[in-house]
Amino acid sequence: MAKETGIKRWKELNPGMAVTSPGNAAELKTGDWRSMQPETDRDKCIKCGQCYIFCPDMVYSKDEDGYYVQNYYWCKGCGICAKECPVDAIRMLQEVD
Amino acid sequence: MSKRIGIEVSLAVAETVGLCDVDVIAAYPITPQTHIVEHLSELVADGHLDAEFVPVESEHSAMSACIGSSAAGARTFTSTCSQGYALMSELCYIASALRLPIVMAVANRALSAPINIWNDHSDLMYARDTGWIQLISENGQEAVDMSILAFRIGEDKRISLPVQVNLDGFTMSHVIEPLSIPDAQEVRKFLPPFKPALRLDPAKPVSMGGVGMPDIYTECRKAQDEALRASKPVIQEIFDDFARQFGRQYKLVETYKTEDADTIIVAIGSIAQTAMTAIDSMRARGRKVGIARIRVFRPFPAAELVGAIGGAKNLVLLDRSTAFAGGEVSGPVALEVKSALFDKGFSPKVGNFLVGLGGRDVTGQNFEEMVERVASANNGDIPAYEFINVRE
Repeated sequence: MAKETGIKRWKELNPGMAVTSPGNAAELKTGDWRSMQPETDRDKCIKCGQCYIFCPDMVYSKDEDGYYVQNYYWCKGCGICAKECPVDAIRMLQEVD
Repeated sequence: MSKRIGIEVSLAVAETVGLCDVDVIAAYPITPQTHIVEHLSELVADGHLDAEFVPVESEHSAMSACIGSSAAGARTFTSTCSQGYALMSELCYIASALRLPIVMAVANRALSAPINIWNDHSDLMYARDTGWIQLISENGQEAVDMSILAFRIGEDKRISLPVQVNLDGFTMSHVIEPLSIPDAQEVRKFLPPFKPALRLDPAKPVSMGGVGMPDIYTECRKAQDEALRASKPVIQEIFDDFARQFGRQYKLVETYKTEDADTIIVAIGSIAQTAMTAIDSMRARGRKVGIARIRVFRPFPAAELVGAIGGAKNLVLLDRSTAFAGGEVSGPVALEVKSALFDKGFSPKVGNFLVGLGGRDVTGQNFEEMVERVASANNGDIPAYEFINVRE
């Protein structure tokens, strides 16, 4: 899990706001944009990896058993995974506080 | 050794930029700036200047190319004015936010409509909120000196901001004046090689121009504002350093006969030179008049200006552009001056006059009329601004 370091004070910014640590988009928490959360029904899942392929962020990764699991630090709740799943194993559930 | 020659001011600016060892020039010609970039193009084509001249298809592309080249660490110059400035303005905000010390000569010209290629400060004022440092010259020598100073100021590590060198279109750009152009060795001594703090370099990659969402945008703006604020004393320090080497002293606010003046004119650009002649003639008749000329419009030298004019009973504030604000507040120069005075508790009698629009001459007689108008008026009778020399 990435640590949440995207938020800086003005004095910590590089001149011209230059980003000097490549790949730091991984640190930016986009999970708090979400209002719907994807949930996978493992009884239906065929481990095809379509959710992993279509996810526009980096949410899905393969676990030891071959299932694709969500990292909600990045998941914006766009629902593309649910739409693309060929066996309708992914449901979008209302986010609750 | 400097050589004193008679030369058109535009050509002198181009020669000076060449002496500053510029690496990249990306520019699009527009009257009355044309001769500046035309001559730079000649210098490059004839092999006198070892630089890349990028003949772009528009001013928008000119500033885009300048941003790229400055970000890569190249000393970068462009020039424009008026409609050209308007077209490139979108990119000008980005150049300053990315802290790229691009230098741009602006041969100040009116904005359309009606189409008018002649001199006023519509473009200078249009540019005032873009985060650039704005230097103002009043004659050819100052345009040459400000061109050298602009690179040194912009590239100073404590500043790292783009700099505009403003010179009045035609009135200055197309006039042949006797002036001193320093030699390359002198310029090199004053202007060390450009060493940016960060640049686009495959060996040490950085990203410039990222997205800033609501949780960081305010911090980015605060950091940029602090950079411009912090530049003011450094600019004066560099002016002083220039004086030690070249013998010509510049100040953020220049004054002429203000010490004992009860009426002070505030102006920017070449009309200040006419004003000084008018002041001599008014003084010969016993009127205690002086002038404060704003040399650096951004950052705005409010403290220095109030120090120079705070004691005056009457102020004649000149604007060479129209601000369509509805008639109840003044033009842009007067607004800044009045705001600076208000903050320090001064409330002199103030007249704000819109003069010299779209190339109309401002004569010595006009200055005398404006001074008399403010001096003889009752405080409540003066409007927020008046057009001078307008046919009713």
